[in-house]
Amino acid sequence: MMFSGILVNNKKSIGAIAVLLFTILLGVNIWDMCAAPANAPQLFLSETCPLLRIDPYSLWFNTLMTGCSLLYLLLMNKEIQKVGAHVAEYFGLIFFIMCGLYILSTYNNLLMLFIGIEILSIPQYILAGSDKRNLKSSEAALKYFLMGSFSTGILLMGIALLYGGSGMATGHGSFYIMDYVSILHTDALNPVALAGILFIMIALGFKVSAAPMHMWTPDVYDGAPTPFTAIMATVVKAAAFFAFLRLFQVAFNSLSAHWTLVLAVITAATLLVGNVTAVFQQSVKRMLAYSSIAQAGFMLFAVLAVNSTAWQGIIIYAVAYSVATIGLFSVLVKLKDYTYDGFNGLAKTNPLLAFTATIFLFSLAGIPLTGGFMAKYYVLLAVVQQGQLMWLVIFALLMAAISVYYYFRVIIAMYFKPGNAELISPVTDTDKFLLIVTCIIVLLIGIVPQLFLTVFKV
Amino acid sequence: MILIFLILIPLITGILSFAVKGEGAKMLALISSMITMVVSALVSGTNFKETISYSHSWIPTLGTQFSLSADGMSSMLCLLTGIVVLVVMIAQVNKDVEKPGAFYGFLLLSQAGLMGVFLSSDALLFYVFWELALIPVYFLCSQWGGEKRIPVTFKFFIYTFLGSLMMLSGLIYLSLQTPGLTSYSWVDIVRAGNSLPPQTQVWLFWLIFIAFAIKMPIFPFHTWQPDTYETSPTPVTIILSALMVKMGLYAVLRWLLPVLPVGVAYWSDTVVILSVIGIVYASCIAMVQTDIKRLIAYSSIAHMGLMSAVAFTHSTVGMHGIMVQMFNHGINITGMWLIVSMVENRWGTRDMTKLGGMATIAPKMAIALVIISLASIALPLTNGFVGEFMLFNGLFRADSAAHISLMVIAGLGIILGAVYTLNMIQKTAYGEVSKMIIAEDLSINEYLGLAIIISIIIVLGVYPKPLLDLTAGIAGLIVK
Repeated sequence: MMFSGILVNNKKSIGAIAVLLFTILLGVNIWDMCAAPANAPQLFLSETCPLLRIDPYSLWFNTLMTGCSLLYLLLMNKEIQKVGAHVAEYFGLIFFIMCGLYILSTYNNLLMLFIGIEILSIPQYILAGSDKRNLKSSEAALKYFLMGSFSTGILLMGIALLYGGSGMATGHGSFYIMDYVSILHTDALNPVALAGILFIMIALGFKVSAAPMHMWTPDVYDGAPTPFTAIMATVVKAAAFFAFLRLFQVAFNSLSAHWTLVLAVITAATLLVGNVTAVFQQSVKRMLAYSSIAQAGFMLFAVLAVNSTAWQGIIIYAVAYSVATIGLFSVLVKLKDYTYDGFNGLAKTNPLLAFTATIFLFSLAGIPLTGGFMAKYYVLLAVVQQGQLMWLVIFALLMAAISVYYYFRVIIAMYFKPGNAELISPVTDTDKFLLIVTCIIVLLIGIVPQLFLTVFKV
Repeated sequence: MILIFLILIPLITGILSFAVKGEGAKMLALISSMITMVVSALVSGTNFKETISYSHSWIPTLGTQFSLSADGMSSMLCLLTGIVVLVVMIAQVNKDVEKPGAFYGFLLLSQAGLMGVFLSSDALLFYVFWELALIPVYFLCSQWGGEKRIPVTFKFFIYTFLGSLMMLSGLIYLSLQTPGLTSYSWVDIVRAGNSLPPQTQVWLFWLIFIAFAIKMPIFPFHTWQPDTYETSPTPVTIILSALMVKMGLYAVLRWLLPVLPVGVAYWSDTVVILSVIGIVYASCIAMVQTDIKRLIAYSSIAHMGLMSAVAFTHSTVGMHGIMVQMFNHGINITGMWLIVSMVENRWGTRDMTKLGGMATIAPKMAIALVIISLASIALPLTNGFVGEFMLFNGLFRADSAAHISLMVIAGLGIILGAVYTLNMIQKTAYGEVSKMIIAEDLSINEYLGLAIIISIIIVLGVYPKPLLDLTAGIAGLIVK
C-alpha cells in the first residue's frame, strides 16, 4: 500500500487498492481462524519466544475489527480522497494502524505492547494533522503528539518499574505477561510493581481517553479531518481497550483487589465527564468526541470485571460501538454544518440519511434491539456478575439516561425542527446501500448477538 | 402459536404502513386492528382455565428465550389493547393527519410493543417490548403533538427511560441469582427473588419498582404525565392513558409482587401512603383545572393511585378488583378522550369556561359524555362501580388498621372525583350555548366508537361475570 502512491497516480484507484487489500486481509484473518482451531495458529508466529500469542479471542477480535475497518474504508473512501493531496499515504497510514491493532490484540510481552501502541499512535498523529491548511487540524496533531509522547513515557516508566518489581524476588525480571501471573501474588507484592501497574493504567487510560486523562480527546477529534476522526474514535480505541483488558485480565488478575477501586473511580469520572460535558456541546462532532469518552467509561466496565463475560463484553461493545459510530460519522461527513442546527430538517431533505442516523444514535444510546443495547448489557452483566460494584452500575445507568439527552437532540433536530440541512457531497446509491448494510449490522448485533460471539462457543 | 400473531400482526402491518402513502395507511391500520382485536378476543375466550404459551429460543448463552404466555390477566389486557386500538382507529376514520403512513405505523408498532409487554414471560424480552412500546410513542408525541411538544416529550422519554434502565439492572441482578445457569424466565426470576435475603430485597425493590412507579405514575413520579397527555395527539393520549399506564400496574403485579415478597412487605406502607397522597393531591388539582384534557389527566392519576394503593395491600378481592378496574378504567378513559377530542374539534377550545350547551346543540354527544362520566365516578350499574367496589372491599379487609384509615382518605378521592367530573358535565353540557366551529353532532364513525365503549360500560356494569371469571384465578395466585 505504501508504494502504491509511486506507482499509481489516480486517486480513485488508490482507494480501490486499499479496499481490495483490506478484503484480502479480512480473508486471511478468517482463513486463519478456520485453519487452526485446535492449537495456536501458525501465521505471524515467532517460534522460539512467543512475543505474540495468538488465541481465538484475539483472532476473532482482529477479524471483526478488520471488518469494521473495511466498512469504514468503503463508506469513507471518497471523503478520504478529498482530504488532501497525499491520498496513498493516508491509506498507507491506516494500514499501519491496523498493524498496530494486530500487535495490540496479540501481544504477549510488554515490549510488544509498547511497540503496538507506538505503531498505532504515530500514524494517528500524522492523520490528525493531514489537513495542513486548517489551523485546527495542525493544533490537533501537535496537541495529540505532545500528550501522546508524554503518555508513552509514562507507559515506558511503568513497564520498567514492573520489570524491576517482578525481578526483585527472583533476581531477573520479565516482560512476559504470562510470567506475571506466577510472580505477582498478593502476598509477595512489592510496591515497585504496584507503582508500575498504576503507571501502565494511567498510560493506557490516556489512550482510551479515560478521565482525567481525556483532555486531548475533544480537541483532537474535533480538529482532525472527519474521516480520520471516525477511525480514531472507533477501531483504534477498541484496540487500545482490548490491550488494556488483555493485560489486566491475564497478568494482573490476581491483584485485582489492589487496582479495582482506582479503576472504578476512573470509570465513574470518565462517565461523568463524558456524559455531562457532551450535554453542553453545540457541535455534533464535538458531542461525538465527548460521547466517545462516555462510551469509553462503559468499556472500562469490561476491564473492571475480571471474568469471562468481560471478553464477550469488550468484543461486542467494540463492534457495536465502532459500527454505529463509523456510520454516524459517515452521515456527518456529508453535512455542511456540524452543529445541531445543521441537522435541522434532514428528515425532509434526505430521509434515508436521517433514518440511518437515527438507528446509529439509538444504538449509541443503548435502545433495545440495536447493537448498543446488547453491548451495554454485556458489560453491565460482567460487572454485576462480579458482584462488588453495584453502585457503579447504578451510576452508569443514570449516566446512560443523560446520554439519551444529547443523542436525541440530533434526532429532534432531524425530524422535528424546521430547516434545510445542506449537504456538501451528494449521497450516491452506493452510499445508500452501504448505510443500509451498516444499519442491518447494528440491528443484527442487537437481535442475535451470539452471531458475533461464535468464538465463545465452548 | 396464536399469541405470536398478537404481536406479529401489528408489527408487520406497522412496518408496512410506513411504505403506504395517503389513505391506504388508515385503512391498513383499521383492518389490522380489527384482526388483532379478533385474535385477542379468541385468546381471552379460550383461556378461562389454562395458560396458553409459546416459546422459541433466542439468545441461549444469556439464558433468555422468546417465550410468551397468556393467563387471565395477560389476555384480559391484550383484549383491552385490542379494543382500545380498534376504537382509536375507528375514531380516526374521518380525521386527517400529516404523513398518515408514519403516524399509523408508529401507532401499530406501539400496539405490538404493548402486546409483547403483556405476554412476555421472559424478563429480557419483557424489557425489550417495554422499550419498543415507548419509542413509537416518543415519535408520535414529538411529531404530531401540540405546542411545547418537544421539551415535554423529551422529559417524558428521559424519565421513563431512566426508570427502565434501573429495572434492567435489577432484572440482570435477579437473573444472576437464578439456580444453575443464568435464566430470565419468569419462573426462575420468581424463585431467585424469593430466595434473596431480606436486606437485598429491600434495595432491589426500588431498583425495579421505580420504572413501574414512573409509568403508572404514582405520586412524586407523576410530573411528566399531565403535560404529556395535554400535548399528545388524542390517539396517543389514549394509548398512553388507557394502555401504557396499565403496563406499569401490570408489571407490578407480574414482575414485582411475586418476585420480591419481603421487599414488597417492607415498602408497602410507603407506597400506599404515596398513592393515597397522589389520589387526594391529583383530585384537588383536577378540581381547579379549566382545561378538560388536564382535568382528565389528573383524574387518571387519582384512579391509578387507588389501584396502586390496593396492589400493595395484599388482599385477594382487592387484587381481583385491580384487574377488573384496569380493564374498566382503560375503557372509560378512552371514551373520555374521544369526547374531548370531539369537543376540541367542534368548539376549537378545551377551556371549560368557554364551553357550554352541548346538550342543546349536540345531544348525542352529551348523552355519551354523561354516561362515560358516570362510569368514571363509579355509579352503580356502570362498569366502574364493580371495580371500585371490589377495590374498597379488598382494602377494608386488609389486616392493618392503618390501611383502613388511609382508605377513608382515599375514599375522599371518589367524592372529589364526583365533584370535578360533575362540574365538568355541568359546564360543558349545560349552561349558555357557546358557538361551534363545526356544527354537527356525532358522525357515523364517532357514533360507532362511542357505542362500543358505552355498550361495554353498561354490559359489564350489569353483568360483570365474564370479566370476573377471566381474572379470578390469577388474583389469588399473585396474593399467594
